[in-house]
Amino acid sequence: MISRKKSLKNAGLFITFMGPSLIAFTCILVIPFLYGVFLTFTNYNPVKGTKDFVGFANFIAIFSDKEFMTQFLKTLLYVFYSTVFCNLLAFILAYILTSNIKTQNFLRSGFFTPNLIGGIILGYIWKFIFANVITQLGHSWDFEPLKTSLLTHPDRAILAMIIVTVWQYAGYLMMIYIAGFVGIKKEVLEAADIDGAKGMKKLFYITIPSMVPSFIICFFITISRGFMAYDLNLALTNGAPYGSTRLASMHIYQKAFQANQYAVGQAEAIVLFIVVALVTVTQVMLTKKYEVEA
Amino acid sequence: MIGSKIRTVLKYVFIYFLLILFIIPFFLMINNSFKTTQQFTESPFSLPDNIDFKNYVDAFNKMNFLDGFVNSIIITFISVALILLTASMAAYFLVRIKWKVNKAIFAGFVASMIVPFQAVMIPLVSIYGNMKLLNNKWMLIFMYIGFGQAFAIFIFHGFIKNIPIDMEEAVLIDGGNRLQSFFKVVLPLLTPVMVTVMILDILWIWNDYLLPSLVLLSPVQRTLPLSTYSFFQTYSVDYAPLMAGIVMTILPVIIAYVFAQKRIIEGVVQGAIK
Repeated sequence: MISRKKSLKNAGLFITFMGPSLIAFTCILVIPFLYGVFLTFTNYNPVKGTKDFVGFANFIAIFSDKEFMTQFLKTLLYVFYSTVFCNLLAFILAYILTSNIKTQNFLRSGFFTPNLIGGIILGYIWKFIFANVITQLGHSWDFEPLKTSLLTHPDRAILAMIIVTVWQYAGYLMMIYIAGFVGIKKEVLEAADIDGAKGMKKLFYITIPSMVPSFIICFFITISRGFMAYDLNLALTNGAPYGSTRLASMHIYQKAFQANQYAVGQAEAIVLFIVVALVTVTQVMLTKKYEVEA
Repeated sequence: MIGSKIRTVLKYVFIYFLLILFIIPFFLMINNSFKTTQQFTESPFSLPDNIDFKNYVDAFNKMNFLDGFVNSIIITFISVALILLTASMAAYFLVRIKWKVNKAIFAGFVASMIVPFQAVMIPLVSIYGNMKLLNNKWMLIFMYIGFGQAFAIFIFHGFIKNIPIDMEEAVLIDGGNRLQSFFKVVLPLLTPVMVTVMILDILWIWNDYLLPSLVLLSPVQRTLPLSTYSFFQTYSVDYAPLMAGIVMTILPVIIAYVFAQKRIIEGVVQGAIK
């Protein structure tokens, strides 16, 4: 009798505390995710009304879809370059801003500002800069390469995406690197001074090795956000010219909602999920490994 | 000595040059929002002849700014408040009640954080579209609550673990129940970490485009990012009012940033490091 009363009380406690959270989480994430995995094995199409089992046909379709493969490679390229340049710039900014500089709070806030604004708005601001401001400068300086907008050039338009991404995230990563610089133990730096390590030597042998955790976090953020980039892509280039800047997320969106190939689009989304999951798991393992050694 | 002085000067020149490069897009936007489209395309760098708010009035009316603003406020604040409440209660239960299943539930929340939105986007639209639940801001709020759980629970879980249980025992011994001990003891202690999660979630939902674009289909329901987007699609040749539209859209965030920049930067960095 008592145990029954207790388990009833426990059930009540569970429903009060966990209920709303679990219901929302299950309805919005768990069920759609599982249903999504199921859909990749069907020819689901709400327009035609089909949902028959087709095995691995959708995955085979992805790998024979030349357009997806080129756009996925483009995404890899975009992720690679934006990760490298974002981190490089952020590290340099953090290095300068922790080197006893006056007005550093003002500078930090300034560099951080682009992060507060959504990709759609940032995309439009830069669209206007690439299309109007830079071409205008090209004409008044009579400098040929700037006269035509970067956005109209199939080979180079992706550069515009990389530039804006670097601008958007550098200030954010900078703050994480600053936390890393500040976190290096004073004794370590003093010991390095006593041993006569200076300037570049100190940077490469002492500072950078002690900041490995910051590097892992920052690389992970840029890589996973790069794979998921959509808003900026939509506002800045919308895939143009000729689909040369259509990144993976936009490809999936258009495959499903514009070409009505829902099942293939979903299979591509699952491929994207696997790539992002691999990156994340690698990051977690690297962090754990480093913590053990430290 | 002279060498080091030169280096210091160079350092300042370099960093302020970079800062100007970073800030110039915002300057150009504000500067050109006061010009006519013709002045704007001829010389984007020149200062406006006079401060004229005509573009702002134009943009305000054409993009239904007020509707978008009110919708954004309602959706952001209700979603964030409910995420904070439901996730903190769930995290409390998962830490304090030692059931085996709780470990599995917590692991499930953490694992879900690696699922990109794109992987659930298509099924989400198809399930709730079939049930005729789309085009409804309450559905969107419910979705944000679902998507916001994992990260918030992860952060709260880490924090509640470190709250000594003795603090609650006083309430529990006095005959109080778990709800009382949660609201009287734990919730007040959670305030700093709540602020972190709140800032991150406000920035996320306020700026989000993809999810609301799939859920909110009718123009009167649009949030600010959606109305900006449709405004640009419809009036893409009339640059000057577009700039005014952008300035109005980001103004609330910039104002909040001016007043709470330290908190916001701290919150965003804390969220990334944990």
